[in-house]
Amino acid sequence: MKNQFLSIDFDNTNYKRRVLWKIIGLVCLFLLVALSGFWIGEEQLEANMGEKNLSPSLQHPFGTDWLGRDMFFRTLSGLHLSWKVGLFAAVISTAIALTLSLLSSVNHFFDSLVTMLIDLFLSIPHLVALILIAFVLGGGVKGIVIGIAFTHWPSLTRVLRAEILQIKSAEYVHVSRKLGKSRMWIIRHHYLPQLMPQLFVGFILLFPHAILHESAITFLGFGLSPEQPAIGIILSEAMKYLTMGMWWLVVFPGLSLIGMVVIFDALGNNLRKLLNPN
Amino acid sequence: MLQILNIGKFILFRTIKFIILLFAVIVCSFLLVSYSPVDPIQSYLGAEMMVVREEQREEIAEYFGVNESKTEQFFHWLTMFLHGDLGTSLLYRQEVIVVIQERFLASFALMAISWIVSGIFGYVLGVIAGMNEGTMIDKAIKSFCFILASTPAFWIGILLLIVFSLWLGWFPIGLSMPIGMLAEEVTVWDRLKHIILPALTLSIIGISNITLHTRQKVMDILESEFIRFARAKGEEGFRLFARHIFRNTLFPAISVHFASFGELFGGVILAEQVFSYPGLGQAIVQAGLNSDVPLLLGIVAFSALFVFIGNLLADLLYYFIDLRIKNGETI
Repeated sequence: MKNQFLSIDFDNTNYKRRVLWKIIGLVCLFLLVALSGFWIGEEQLEANMGEKNLSPSLQHPFGTDWLGRDMFFRTLSGLHLSWKVGLFAAVISTAIALTLSLLSSVNHFFDSLVTMLIDLFLSIPHLVALILIAFVLGGGVKGIVIGIAFTHWPSLTRVLRAEILQIKSAEYVHVSRKLGKSRMWIIRHHYLPQLMPQLFVGFILLFPHAILHESAITFLGFGLSPEQPAIGIILSEAMKYLTMGMWWLVVFPGLSLIGMVVIFDALGNNLRKLLNPN
Repeated sequence: MLQILNIGKFILFRTIKFIILLFAVIVCSFLLVSYSPVDPIQSYLGAEMMVVREEQREEIAEYFGVNESKTEQFFHWLTMFLHGDLGTSLLYRQEVIVVIQERFLASFALMAISWIVSGIFGYVLGVIAGMNEGTMIDKAIKSFCFILASTPAFWIGILLLIVFSLWLGWFPIGLSMPIGMLAEEVTVWDRLKHIILPALTLSIIGISNITLHTRQKVMDILESEFIRFARAKGEEGFRLFARHIFRNTLFPAISVHFASFGELFGGVILAEQVFSYPGLGQAIVQAGLNSDVPLLLGIVAFSALFVFIGNLLADLLYYFIDLRIKNGETI
């Protein structure tokens, strides 16, 4: 019996260690992409008519476009932009989710209010909501960034709300309440520490959604101006040059975006395994 | 009898809740739009802004009710909305309801095909993966789904366009009908040729969700008591699936598939944009980009109805499954 326990335990730490290495690897990979955006200057993105429509080579790994711009650097700076939009969205939406879920724990009225708000946001397709907000804010970067940041909270709010409901009924919370601890005290000492893992994993898993939505809405032509290298814009521009057989304008930027989304997804899922093995 | 009554009550309750929700959606949308910096007269006139005299502009403003207060505007609009009058689309110069009807028919064909195709393929893949848990096939299907879930729908569309339209030349590049042909001359085959690629794009995107769900469900059921019993009797493979797993996983899978109407609608918007397929998705993008407020609001309300119907069907299916469990029937 004891032996069995030991072996399970050993397996478990081994498993955790493996997951931890995976996470470290993913973070490094991600930092490489995100930070590389900072040292891309104007000169790398500049048009160069002498090197138009080149297919991928060692000099231009992703090829060049109809203005001779290097697609590798354009893609990288598009990913960098996606990352920034994703970060902003993740911060705002996580904050909203936390606030609303705490609000719903106050009493029944607030709980139904929060539930109504979640239902309201989930009652129209996400992309439709983004189009509506982008239109209302008069287009521009502001429209899409705000739209994406303020629409990704409902699912996380649901998760956190369920979690709080569970903690709320725990023995020690009742004891604290009977001892006359304030609501803020209970939130700080009982709710928040317990919510941390969910909050963190939710924060990371917000990135993939936000990034995919950002690429979709920019592809549809909302928001960013055409010179701005967002992946959605790169792809919608590339569509005009498809008939010229410039497949590299589509394939590499798309693959890079998928790569970035997969990294975030894997990071979130591995973190979940590490923090909450069940 | 009692059950039918209960189902009636359930649907009624859901519908009332939806009407309240729809009301909230349109009120919010209206408020948002009315505070938008977009000038309705300018967006209506477009380039003609320069040619129009001041008095004419005043008349248009009067006609649109721009000078009314926000509350007046809102109640004006709401009474019209409740009478089924969604206004006139500025872009298509047609009643919004007519535009939505026409466009939805085109989109519906697209959505129906891809909903069914992705449902069938997703279910089959999910069963294969779930019944072979941990094997190479399972891992391959699982990775395929995870990567698919991280792939933008429009990118898949563009890839299909490159391969099938440009390289192989099997399909046209866009539009739901050939250019320069009268509507009557268009054959079924022509229409089919234009719908296949967008439908394929949507089908591929829809597979991931249903596969992962079915896989999990199959794995759960394989752990249960009665499967162990069936296995002890020597049932394996397809026999096991046909006798026990199929009936236990089909309805939940269909239910989940209904609940994904929201994503389906989002996918349609992107697929139609890639293939310039003139459906509802293209209309909402045009409405948003060209400030066609009546059409935009109309489609927002319609999309809420669409999502509601999907969710209602999903819940009804679950309701039936619950009912059968309560009655002690084996499902």
